[in-house]
Amino acid sequence: MKYLADVASLGMVSEKCTGCGMCLEVCPHNVFALQSKKAVIIDKDGCMECGACAANCAFGALSVDKGVGCAAAIINSIITGGEPTCGCDTNTGASTGGCC
Amino acid sequence: MNELKFKIQPAKDVASSPCSCSSVPGQKDTPPAWSVGTIKTPVGNVLKVATDISQSECWEHVKCRASGFRNKYMVPPGLYAVGEPGRDSHVLVSANYKLSFDALRRELKDLNVWILVLDTKGINVWCAAGKGTFGTDEIVRRIALAQLDKVVDHRKVIVPQLGAPGVSAHKVKQATGFRVLYGPVNAKDIPAYIAADCKASREMRTIGFSVKDRFVLTPMEINPAMKKYPLYALLVLVIFGLQPSGIIFKDAVVSGFPFLVFGLTTVFAGAFLTPVLLPVIPFRSFAIKGWIVGVLTTFLTMKLFSPMDTTLVFFTGLFFPLVSSYIALQFTGSTTFTGMTGVKKELKIGIPMYIFGGVVSALALIIFKLNQWGVL
Repeated sequence: MKYLADVASLGMVSEKCTGCGMCLEVCPHNVFALQSKKAVIIDKDGCMECGACAANCAFGALSVDKGVGCAAAIINSIITGGEPTCGCDTNTGASTGGCC
Repeated sequence: MNELKFKIQPAKDVASSPCSCSSVPGQKDTPPAWSVGTIKTPVGNVLKVATDISQSECWEHVKCRASGFRNKYMVPPGLYAVGEPGRDSHVLVSANYKLSFDALRRELKDLNVWILVLDTKGINVWCAAGKGTFGTDEIVRRIALAQLDKVVDHRKVIVPQLGAPGVSAHKVKQATGFRVLYGPVNAKDIPAYIAADCKASREMRTIGFSVKDRFVLTPMEINPAMKKYPLYALLVLVIFGLQPSGIIFKDAVVSGFPFLVFGLTTVFAGAFLTPVLLPVIPFRSFAIKGWIVGVLTTFLTMKLFSPMDTTLVFFTGLFFPLVSSYIALQFTGSTTFTGMTGVKKELKIGIPMYIFGGVVSALALIIFKLNQWGVL
């Protein structure tokens, strides 16, 4: 299953990559591969912008506009003007979607 | 050995250490039903958890899938034991949503391991990692609170791979000396992962979205949609019962009935059929997928009520597939593969279409009513 093509905000600065392979380990969609001791993006459309790779790249080689791919959260953020987050607000017990 | 950044008082009973979410002051803690005694450690007694899920827990899991019960289904954060763990045993990190905790412990039969439960406010690993509550700071804090360095000799914690969006392994290492090893996506692969000396295969690292995965999520799609159904039904009855002389009950029920049915089939299309059939429905956009399924169910249902007034056919064919599309779009929040930029793009195109379609539908309905009253 793949989501929309050519939208993912995943970016990479190859010069900073040391080929440690951490991004390959954390990515649940096999977006990366190691080629000649460097990580490369082989399936950008597979990226769901979870941010795991960027968070775990100790060398700052990866960037992604991390966020929830959730319509309810984004609609909510448009209405309230905040950042799109999951509706699992424990203070109110409210849930905007089925996600969490 | 690295110094921990956080120094705290030794806790007497680490597993049931005070948790604002569940402990009642002044009340003596009774051990939870899923525990099987305690185990002695240098930092106090640690609760031992059963690896079997009881029948009552199975029922609680069903309730989690279908209702707000999920919002308060938690375990106290802290350290737990499975089997007879020792100073060399692995430490598995988990969330304090009990459904997540149970999904982990049920897979740990015959293993001797520690479980370090983070305070994720009762949210699962994936969602909490997205928010950062399952994250670097909480792992660092919890390792210190549990005095993990006194419980085990090694300096490794196994974190579920889906927790990685909230965790920076290198920062945890810096702050605590503990190395983060990312475990498999699914808890069921943990025994194999541990047996393979903490190496996960490509399959273990890849997240799927099986028909069963999608199916169990549908109640939480149907429920919110059905919450709006009574209001919708009332509107239908008022609109179709409305006559120049007042609201006629017979008209409301007889003419309104098909639309009560269309409402139900639309929820079924958007909140059940689309999620379950997701990969076989053409196009990648959820809005288009939902619209296609909505068109099919609406026109099939229309056959039951034919012949229908032409204006109403137009209204029905326009309105209900759009609602199905909108409901299907909500499912993006539950998938394992949709990203924010993509959903934003769908909404950017979708919302104006929904508004435009809604306005045209309303106009069609007004024209129908005016026709009915003989005004036009």
